[in-house]
Amino acid sequence: MLIFILRRVLSGLVLLFVISSVAFLLLYLGGGDIARRILGQQATQEDVAAKAAELGLNRPLLTQYLDWLTHALTGDLGASWFTGEQVSAGIASRFAVTLSLVLGATVITALVAVVLGVWAAVRRGWVDRLVQVISVLGFAIPGFLIAVGLVLLFAIKLGLFDPTGYVNFTESPAGWLRTVTLPVIALSIGGIAGVAGQVRGAVVDALRQDYVRTLRSRGLPFNRVVFRHVLRNAGGPALAVLAVQFVGLFGGAVIVEQVFAIPGLGQVAITSTSQGDIPLVMGLVVATAIMVVVVNLIIDLAQGWLNPKVRLS
Amino acid sequence: MTEPTPLTEPTSPLEVSPELAEQTAKVSLFGRLLRTPIGLTAILVLVLIALSALFAPLLAPTDPNFASIGDVLGPAAPGHPLGFDSAGRDVLSRLLYAGRFSILGALLALVIALVIGVVAGLVAGYYGGWFDSVSSWLAGLVMALPGIIVLLAARAVLGPSLWLAMAIFGVLMSPAFFRLVYASVTAVRHELFVDAARVAGLSDLRILARHILGVVRAPVIIQSAMILGIAIAIQTGLDFLGLGDLGIPTWGNLLQDGFANLYSNPLLVVWPSLVVAVVCVALTLLAQTMRDLLERSTQPTRRRKKGKKAKVDPHKVDVIVHSDDARSLERMGEVLLEIDDLSIGYDQPGGGIKDVVHDVSLTVRRGEVHGLIGESGSGKTQTAWSVLRLLPDGGHITNGSIVFEGRNIAEALEKEMTELRGTKIAYIPQEPMSNLDPAFTIGSQLVEPMMVTLKISKDQARKRALELLAKVGIPNPQRTFASYPHQVSGGMAQRVLIAGAVSCSPDLLIADEPTTALDVTVQAEVLELLRSLQDEFHMGVILVTHNFGVVADICDRVTVMRNGRVVETGPVRAIFYGAQHPYTKSLLADILEEDEPRGPLTASVSARAAEADELADAEQAVNPTSTIGSAS
Repeated sequence: MLIFILRRVLSGLVLLFVISSVAFLLLYLGGGDIARRILGQQATQEDVAAKAAELGLNRPLLTQYLDWLTHALTGDLGASWFTGEQVSAGIASRFAVTLSLVLGATVITALVAVVLGVWAAVRRGWVDRLVQVISVLGFAIPGFLIAVGLVLLFAIKLGLFDPTGYVNFTESPAGWLRTVTLPVIALSIGGIAGVAGQVRGAVVDALRQDYVRTLRSRGLPFNRVVFRHVLRNAGGPALAVLAVQFVGLFGGAVIVEQVFAIPGLGQVAITSTSQGDIPLVMGLVVATAIMVVVVNLIIDLAQGWLNPKVRLS
Repeated sequence: MTEPTPLTEPTSPLEVSPELAEQTAKVSLFGRLLRTPIGLTAILVLVLIALSALFAPLLAPTDPNFASIGDVLGPAAPGHPLGFDSAGRDVLSRLLYAGRFSILGALLALVIALVIGVVAGLVAGYYGGWFDSVSSWLAGLVMALPGIIVLLAARAVLGPSLWLAMAIFGVLMSPAFFRLVYASVTAVRHELFVDAARVAGLSDLRILARHILGVVRAPVIIQSAMILGIAIAIQTGLDFLGLGDLGIPTWGNLLQDGFANLYSNPLLVVWPSLVVAVVCVALTLLAQTMRDLLERSTQPTRRRKKGKKAKVDPHKVDVIVHSDDARSLERMGEVLLEIDDLSIGYDQPGGGIKDVVHDVSLTVRRGEVHGLIGESGSGKTQTAWSVLRLLPDGGHITNGSIVFEGRNIAEALEKEMTELRGTKIAYIPQEPMSNLDPAFTIGSQLVEPMMVTLKISKDQARKRALELLAKVGIPNPQRTFASYPHQVSGGMAQRVLIAGAVSCSPDLLIADEPTTALDVTVQAEVLELLRSLQDEFHMGVILVTHNFGVVADICDRVTVMRNGRVVETGPVRAIFYGAQHPYTKSLLADILEEDEPRGPLTASVSARAAEADELADAEQAVNPTSTIGSAS
C-alpha cells in the first residue's frame, strides 16, 4: 500500500513538473515581445528594453525558467506584472472562493447522482427514463446557460437570491448562502447529469454480477445486498467519474463565476489572460495542475480502499 | 443483418466480422436513425440550422455588422423580428451569420481532434511499442487538465481568435478519439480475421483501413456528435466571457451582449441561448439514439437465439418416466420439492414474454440427489434459479407451481423468499470466482448471512464459519477466512461457496454445475465433499450438470432436459440401463465413446472418488472419465 501511494505521489509530481515546464515554455516563447505588449505601441524602444530588463525578460529562456522553478519550489510564484500583487497570495485567496463553490457542487452532485443512479438501476421503468432524460439534457445544455437561466428566473423574476456578488462566509453565513446557492446549483446540474448516468450504469453492472445472486441465495435481503455489496463495487467506477467531474466543475466555475460576478479564480483567469499577465497565468496553471494531481491522488487512495485488489497488489 | 447462428456462446457485435460492423454503421444505422422520432427530429433540427447558416446572406434582413444608432436595444420592428442589440444591429441577421462562424469553428475542432486522435490511436494500438506508451501518457496528461484553463492560457499569448481557440480545443479533445480507437484496435488486433488478413498478404495500411476502421467507425461517429456539441458549448462559453474575437458574430458574442444588457432587454439573452441549447441537445440526442440503436442491434441476436431454441419442438412432448425402484427409494425420505408444469419466460424488447422453459415437472425428496442434465441452453439452470426465485432481470415464472414443504413458492412474496433462502433452500453456483464479492473478505461473506438469517452474534458466526471452512477441507481456515477472493484458488473458492451454502443447514441444496469450472483432480474431491455433506445434513439436492459422469457418480435420480423441456426422468440405474429417449441415448453414447482411450486416468481418479461412493460398480465404469472428458 505504501509503495502504491509513493508511486502515485511520484507520478503526480512528474505530471506537475511537465505541465508547468510546458506551460512556461509556451507562454514565454509564444508571447512575442512581452515588454512591448505591456507598455503599449506608443512606448519608446528604450522604455521597452528597460521594462524587459526589469522583468528579467532579456535573460536566456533557460535562466528565466530555472529562476522561476527555484522560486516556485519555495512557494514564490512571482508578482503580477500589472498590479504587483504576489501571485501565490492572490491565487490562494481566490482559490478558496472557487473551491467552496466546487466542493459544494461536488457534494450535491455526489449525493443526488448516487441516489438517482441507484434508484434508476434498481427500479428501472419510469425512474430509469427520467434519469436518462436528466442526463442527456444536463449534459447537453452548457453550464453557463443554466446559470443565465437561473439568474433570469430566481434572481430577476422572483427576487429570491442575489443575482450577483459574493459575501464571505466569515462575514455573514446567511449572505454567503444567498450568494452561492445559485452558482452551486448551476454547477451541480451539469455534474449530476454527468455522474447519475454513470452511477446507474455501474450499479446495473454490479447488480448483474454472479455474487449478487449468491449473496441473496444465502438469505440476505435484496436492499442489504444493494447497499453493502453492490454500492461498494459500483463505487470504483462512480468515483472515477466524480473525479473527472470535479476537474470539469473547476472549468465550469470559471464561467459560472463570471455570470454571478463572484471573485474567484475565474476572474483572475479572465483578467490575467486578457492582459497577458504571464506570472499570474503561470500561477493559475500551476494551481490547477496541483489541484488535479491532489484530486487524482485522493481518488486513487479511495479506489485502493474500495478495491482490495488495488490495495494488496 | 446478422442471421442467428446456432452458436452456444453469444457473440458481441464488434467481434462478428468487420464487414458486418461496417454495414451496420453505414447503411442501417443511418436508415434506422431516420426511423426513430428522436433521431429524425434531431437530424432535421441540425440540418435546418446548418442550412440557415449556409444561406444567411439570403435570409438575413441586413448586414450582421450594420449598426443603426437610433435602434440601440430596440424592440422587434417590421423586418427585424428579433429587435436590435446594444450597438443597434439586427439580432436575426447576427444570429444567422453567427451560425456560420460557430458551426465552422466547432467543425474545425472536430476535424483536428479526429485526425490526431484516430491516427494516433490506430498507430499506437496496432503497432504498440514506444509510441503506444508515449501517446497513452500524453492522452492522460491532456485529459487531466481543465480545457478552459488551457484555452485561457493560450489566449493570453495568442490573442483572441475563434479559429486558434477551436484548433487548440481540437487537440485537447483528441484523447477522446484516441482512447476509443486505441481500445478497439487493441481488442481486434489479435482477432483471427486480422491475422488471416495479414497471412493473406494484405499490407498493414489496408488492414487498418478496411478491417479496423470498419470496427470503430460507428463509435467514432457517435463520439463526433458529442464532441461537436462540447465544442459549441465551450466556444460559446469563451465568447460569453468576452474573450473571443469581437469582430465576428458568434452565438457566444450575441449571448455576451445580451447578458451585459440583461436588465434592459432580457430577450437578447434568450435567442442565442435557445439556439445553442437546441443545437447541443440535438447533437447529444443524436449520439444517444445512435448508441441505443447500436446496442440494440447486438441484443436481438442473443434473444432470438433463445426464442429459436424454444421453437425447435413447439409441441408438448410426452415425458418418458421410469418408475422408482427399491434401490432409489431406500435412501429417500418425504417429498421436499414438487415442481409442476413450470414454465419460465423472459420479457422481450418489443413487449410480450417469450417462454424458454416449458411444462417442467420434477420431484425431489429429502436425502435424494436429483441430477438435472442437459446441454447448455436446455433450461436446467433457469429451472434451478426459479426454485430460488432468483431469475435474472426480465425473467418470470409464467406457469405452474413450485411446492416446497407444502407451500407454493412460485407465488411467494420476495420477503417470504428471503426468509427461505439460506436456511431452507441454498445454492452453490457454477463459477467460483465470480460468485464471491471481490470487495469483501471471504470470512465476512460467510459471517454476514449467518448473522442475518440465524440471528447470531458476530463471534458465534465467526466461530461457525471457521468450523465450516475446516469441514469443507480448507487446510488453513484462519488464513482463508481473512483472505480476499482473488487470493485463493478456484478450488478453494468453490469449497468456500459450498461452506456458505450449507452454513445455515438448508433442507434443499441447489448445485448449479458445481464442478464444471474446476480442475479435473479437484472435481472428484468436490463431488465427494458434496456427497458427504448431503449425507450429514440429510438434504435434498438438485444437481444441475451437463455431465453424465457426475450423474453416475452421486445422483439417485435424474431428469434429462432438452430445449427447455423434460424428455426423460427416473432413477439413475433405470436411465443408464434402459434409456428410451433418443436424446438421452445419444448423451450416454457420447460418454461411452469418449471413455475408451482413457483407461489409465480413469483408474487414478476413480480411486480417489471411490471411497465415499455408494453407487454400484456398474456406474464406476462410466463415471470419472466423463468428468475428464467434459473438462478437456
